[in-house]
Amino acid sequence: MLLLTAGFDPFTAGEGEFEPPTIGEFYPEVIAFEGTPFALNRIMLIRLLVTTLLIVLFTLWANRFRKSTATGQFVPGRFQMFGEISLNFVRKSIAHEQLGEKDGDRFLPLLTTIFFIVLGMNITGIVPGLNIAGTSVIGLPIILAGAAYVTFIYAGVKAHGVMFFKNALFPAGVPKAFYVLVTPIEFLSTFILRPVTLALRLMMNMIAGHLLLVLCFTATHFFVLYSDGAFKAFGLLTFTFGFVFTLFEILVAFLQAYVFTLLTTVYIQLSLADEH
Amino acid sequence: MQIIQLAAEAVTQVSQVSGNLGVLGYGLAAIGPGIGVGLVVSKTIESIARQPELAARLQVTMWLGIAFTEALALIGLATPFIFAA
Repeated sequence: MLLLTAGFDPFTAGEGEFEPPTIGEFYPEVIAFEGTPFALNRIMLIRLLVTTLLIVLFTLWANRFRKSTATGQFVPGRFQMFGEISLNFVRKSIAHEQLGEKDGDRFLPLLTTIFFIVLGMNITGIVPGLNIAGTSVIGLPIILAGAAYVTFIYAGVKAHGVMFFKNALFPAGVPKAFYVLVTPIEFLSTFILRPVTLALRLMMNMIAGHLLLVLCFTATHFFVLYSDGAFKAFGLLTFTFGFVFTLFEILVAFLQAYVFTLLTTVYIQLSLADEH
Repeated sequence: MQIIQLAAEAVTQVSQVSGNLGVLGYGLAAIGPGIGVGLVVSKTIESIARQPELAARLQVTMWLGIAFTEALALIGLATPFIFAA
């Protein structure tokens, strides 16, 4: 725990002075393997922790499911129920809803992976002691957006061959002369802006949320400890704000996981769709 | 007395505004997406009020619409880092 909270020490930060949070929040000090590509800081440790947790959780769920089908005991316990409901959420209300049963199940492994990685990494933003989202540094969002990008292009090429690029860049039903205008716009929006916005949306939501929380709680710290008289009452206000924003961040963590997965699904669906 | 002094101090501080122009820029950048998200949600509410049985599907579309609109505000938030160099 000491290792995880290194890099932000509220008790030495600005004795008696209010220090608003800076972007330095997202560059905590390196604690191991400095200078190598494997440099570990606290955000990296959080990511490793979440990855381990996800692997353990899913191994447990999968093993119990296999055991229950082998022995024929189909009544799940509470823990198993929770896992199956959350897996079914991605399957039924994202994949099947948008892609249909056949294609939905084809792309389900990727969608489930994306959903649970994003959710797990987001939720660390409000876990006491961790307090920063694993997705608030650009690396992970880029990897996930890259996976989504490769997948929707793969889906399109698999379904339509080279015609996928033709359909995407030269949409049918547009007068020939307008292609001068339409094609660059389509290229920009489909092949550049889609992955960029996927990654940016996730990261910026997490950064903004974290900065808001830090602002609220450092302000509380400052007002309660260092301000005089009536100003101390502001501490209560900022603490309430911080608490409310923490609840809001839980919602945002789920929402961003949902939106990221939903958008990936929609992009795949647009690639699979027949020429109109 | 102290309050008057504080007020006077505040006035002098406001009259010599200094700081990063980017703050103002982001404020402007947030107007459009704000209105956009508002429109998306209000239209969804209207539609759900008309056809409550479609609520689930409309909500999915609403989240998509919000995600696209909101991206603009978040790009605005990202520009200082992009153009910092």
